[in-house]
Amino acid sequence: MNILILYIILPAIKGIIILSIILFLVAYATLIERRVLAFMQARLGPNIAGPEGILQPIADGVKLLAKEDLVPSSSQRFLHFLAPILILAPALVIFGLVPFGEAGNLFGILKQPITLYITDVNVALLLVVGFASLGVYGLILGGWSSNSKYSFIGALRSAAQVVSYEVPQVIALGSILLLASSLSLVKIVEAQREMGLWFIFPGFIAFFIYLVCGIAETNRLPFDLPEAESELVAGYHTEYSGMKFAFFFMGEYANMIVVSSVATVVFLGGWLPPFPSLKIWQSLPEIPIFWFFAKVLLFLFLYIWLRATFPRYRFDQLMDLAWKWLLPLSILNLVLIAFIKWGLK
Amino acid sequence: MSQQSEKKGQPEYLDAMRNPLVIKLKEKFKENILDAKTYGNELTIWISKDILIPLCKELWENNFIYLVDIMGIHQPNKEKNFALSYILHNFKNNERIRLKVEIKESELIPSLTEIWKGANWLEREAYDMFGILFSNHPNLERILMWEGFEGHPLRKDFPLKGINTGAAIYPDVYPEGGGPPKKEDKNA
Amino acid sequence: MLDVQELELNMGPQHPATHGVLRLILKVDGERIVDAKPVIGYLHRGTEKLFENQTYPMNVPHTDRLDYIAAATNNHAYCGAVEKLLGVEVPRRAKFIRVMLDELQRIASHLVWLATHALDIGAMTPFFYTFRERELILDLFEEYCGARLTLNCMTIGGVPEDLPEGWIDKLKEFISIFEEKIWDYENLLTDNRIWKKRTIGVGIISPEDAINYGLTGPPLRGSGIKYDVRRAIPYEVYPELDFEIPIGKNGDTYDRYLVRMEEMRQSIRILKQCIEKIPDGEIQTKGLKFIKPKPAEVYFSVEAPKGELGFHIISDGSPKPYRVRVRPPSFINLQALPSMVKGHLIADVVAVIGTLDIVLGEIDR
Repeated sequence: MNILILYIILPAIKGIIILSIILFLVAYATLIERRVLAFMQARLGPNIAGPEGILQPIADGVKLLAKEDLVPSSSQRFLHFLAPILILAPALVIFGLVPFGEAGNLFGILKQPITLYITDVNVALLLVVGFASLGVYGLILGGWSSNSKYSFIGALRSAAQVVSYEVPQVIALGSILLLASSLSLVKIVEAQREMGLWFIFPGFIAFFIYLVCGIAETNRLPFDLPEAESELVAGYHTEYSGMKFAFFFMGEYANMIVVSSVATVVFLGGWLPPFPSLKIWQSLPEIPIFWFFAKVLLFLFLYIWLRATFPRYRFDQLMDLAWKWLLPLSILNLVLIAFIKWGLK
Repeated sequence: MSQQSEKKGQPEYLDAMRNPLVIKLKEKFKENILDAKTYGNELTIWISKDILIPLCKELWENNFIYLVDIMGIHQPNKEKNFALSYILHNFKNNERIRLKVEIKESELIPSLTEIWKGANWLEREAYDMFGILFSNHPNLERILMWEGFEGHPLRKDFPLKGINTGAAIYPDVYPEGGGPPKKEDKNA
Repeated sequence: MLDVQELELNMGPQHPATHGVLRLILKVDGERIVDAKPVIGYLHRGTEKLFENQTYPMNVPHTDRLDYIAAATNNHAYCGAVEKLLGVEVPRRAKFIRVMLDELQRIASHLVWLATHALDIGAMTPFFYTFRERELILDLFEEYCGARLTLNCMTIGGVPEDLPEGWIDKLKEFISIFEEKIWDYENLLTDNRIWKKRTIGVGIISPEDAINYGLTGPPLRGSGIKYDVRRAIPYEVYPELDFEIPIGKNGDTYDRYLVRMEEMRQSIRILKQCIEKIPDGEIQTKGLKFIKPKPAEVYFSVEAPKGELGFHIISDGSPKPYRVRVRPPSFINLQALPSMVKGHLIADVVAVIGTLDIVLGEIDR
C-alpha cells in the first residue's frame, strides 16, 4: 500500500500539478512577453481582455482551438501531425526531472514532508540534455513535411543550429559537473549549499556559454534564424495553423522555461536564496518555490529584453560564433575548472 | 493671364548650334547632328540613330558619364512615329543635355546597355510601353506588363480603358474571362 | 557522385520583406544566392497613360500615388516640371513652404525606411520608435493640408494654403523632440555589434558601378559620390540654405544607413533655417487658372527621399499633356539589386532590399 502511494499515486498527483503549473506559466509567458515588450517599445500591448489583459492567453487559446486546421495538400500528413507533438512533449518531460524546491510540508498542510520534484534521477542532467535535443526533430519534421521551400530552409537551419550549439552547451555543463561531482540535479543544488556559493561565481564563463547556447537552442532572437519572419516567413511553421501552430508556440515557450529552469538549478542555486550561507535567510519565513520561480522569471525577462534590443544574426555568423568562439571557450573553461578543482584538493 | 505672360511668359526654343559642346560634336559627327536647341536652360540635340553609340561614347569622354533617363514617345502624326529622349548628366559642372532620336516603327535602335548597365530596364520599359525594338539588348522582354500581353499601352492608339486581354491566369482552371468556375463546371 | 541542384526560391510577390509586391526569383545553392531576378509590374496602374488624358492640374493628386511614402516630393516634382514648362516663378513664401514640406517628408520617409529596414534585419524596437515620431510629422501635414499620406499639398504655381496659425510653433516643437529622439535609434543600432555584422560589407556597390547603374539618392551617396539634386541642379530656395551632403566610404549597407541618418539631421537643419527665413507674401502665382502651354519638352527633377525623382513633360498646345514620364528613383535603384546580392546569403537579400529603400508604387507606376 505504501509503495503504491509512494511510487504511483504521489508522483501522478505531483505530475498533474506540475504540468498544470507549467502550462499555465507557458500561457502567461506569452502575455508577459507581449506586455513587457510593449512596455519597452512605447506601446500598450494586449490590455482589453480582462483587467490588464489578464484573460488574453485564454482568448488566444480558444481562438486557436476553434480555428480550422489547414494541411497543405502536398504535405506528409502523418509527419505533419507528429511534428508539433514532438516539439512540445520532450520539453514537458524535462519538468519531471527539475527540482523546484527541497522537501517541505507546504506550510504545515501535510503531516509528512514531501519532495517538491517528481523524481531525483542520478543521471538527470544527461536526461535533460538528451530530451532537450529531441525537440529538434519536431522542427525538422515540421519543416520537411510541410513540403514548402521556406519551411525546408528553416528546418535545415534549425538542424544545423541546434546541433552545433549543443556541443559547447554540454561542455559548459560538464565543467559544472566537475564542481558538483554529481549528475543529479538535486545533488547539484546541495553541492551549492555546501559550498555556500552559487556555481555562477566559479563557473561564470560556463554560465555565459550556457545562456548563449540556450537562447540559440530555443530559436529566440538574436538567434531566431529558423523562423525568421522577414526572410523565411516564419520558417518551419509557415504551413501550420490552429492548434498545431499553438503547439509550436507552446513548445517554444516551454523550451524557454526549460532552459531557464536548468540554468537556475545548475548555476543559480535552484531553490536556494542568494549566498545561502548567510544567516539572514533563516529569520525570514520560507516560501517553498519562491526563489526558484523568481529566478526563472528573471531569465524570461532576459529573453524578452534581448528580443527588444538585438537584430538577428546571419546564418554563417551564427555558425562562426558556435564553432570558432563558444566551443574553444568552453573547452578552455573546462580545463580551467579542472585545474582549479585539482588545486583545491 | 495676359499681364503675367507679358512679364515672364513661356520660354521659346532658341537655336543652340553655336553652343561649344554642339560645335565640338558637329565637327566629329557632321550632318548626323540634326539640330540643337535650348528651352529654358535645357539643351536638346536631335541626332540620327546611327551615331547614338559613338556619340554617347564621345560624350562619356566629355564627362557625361551618367545616364539619367530614357523616355519613349509615340508621335503618330509624324513620319518617324517614335522618338526616344535620353538625358545625360555631367558630374563635373552639373550640366545636362538631352539627346533626341526619332525612328520609324519597325526600325531597330542600338541599345545603350554596353555603355550604361542602367539602360537595361529603361529600354525594356520603352519596349514594353511602345514596342520600340533595341538591337544588342541582353534581355529585351516585357517589364511592367506580363509576358504575353498584346499591345503596347502607352501608344496613342491604345484605348485608355484598356483592352480585353482575356486575363485567365490558369486557363485550364479558370475558363474564359477569368474568375472562379461556375458550379456546374466544378461538377463536370 | 552527389547530384547538386540549385534550389529556385520564389520570394514574393507576397512576402513580408519585399516592401510591397516585388517578386524575386532567387537561385540558391544552399543559402548562397547564385542568381536573383526581380520581377515587377504587379502594381502597374498605368499612371503615365492617365496623365495624358487629364488636364495639367488634375494630375497632381495622381502623383501622390507614385511614391506613397513621400507624396510631397512627388507633388513638388510634377508641379515644378509644369512650372518649368510654363516659365512660371513661384512666390518666395510658397518656395519656403515647399522646402519645409519636402524636408518633413524626407524625414518621414527615412523613418519608414529605418523602421522596415531594421525590422527586416530582426531589430523590432526601432519600428515603434520611428513610427512614434513619424506620427508627429503626419499630424503636421494633416494640420497643413488635411491629409496625412496622400497629401496633394502643392499646386501648379505655388501651394494651395498658407501655413495655419501656430503651425510654425508646432514645427519648432517637433524639431526639439526629434533632435532628442534620433539618438534613440542610434543607440539601438549604430554601435550594435550584430547590426554592424549584418550590414558592414553587405551589398557593396562601387562608385563606378553606382554611376553605371544610374543609382541616385542614398545608394549613390553611400558609395562616396557627392551628388544631390538639391545642390547639383538647385531648385526653390536650396541655394540659400546651408546644409551638408553626407557621403559614405565603402558603399555597403552600413554606410547607406549612416548617410540616411545624417540626412535626417541635415533636414532638421534646413527646417530650422526655413523657420527663420520664411517671408510673408503671396503663396500662389496669379493667372494659372487655365493652363495651355505651347509645344515643348521639359525635364525637372527634385531630390526625393529615395533619390532623384524627375518628370518629363511634353506639351502639344492642348490643356492635356502629350506625354508625361516619371523617372522613378526606386525603379532605377532596384536594377542594381541582382549584382548587389550575388554571392551573399538569403538573409542579406532582405537587408539589401531594405537598404535600397524601394516603394513599389513608384516602380510599377
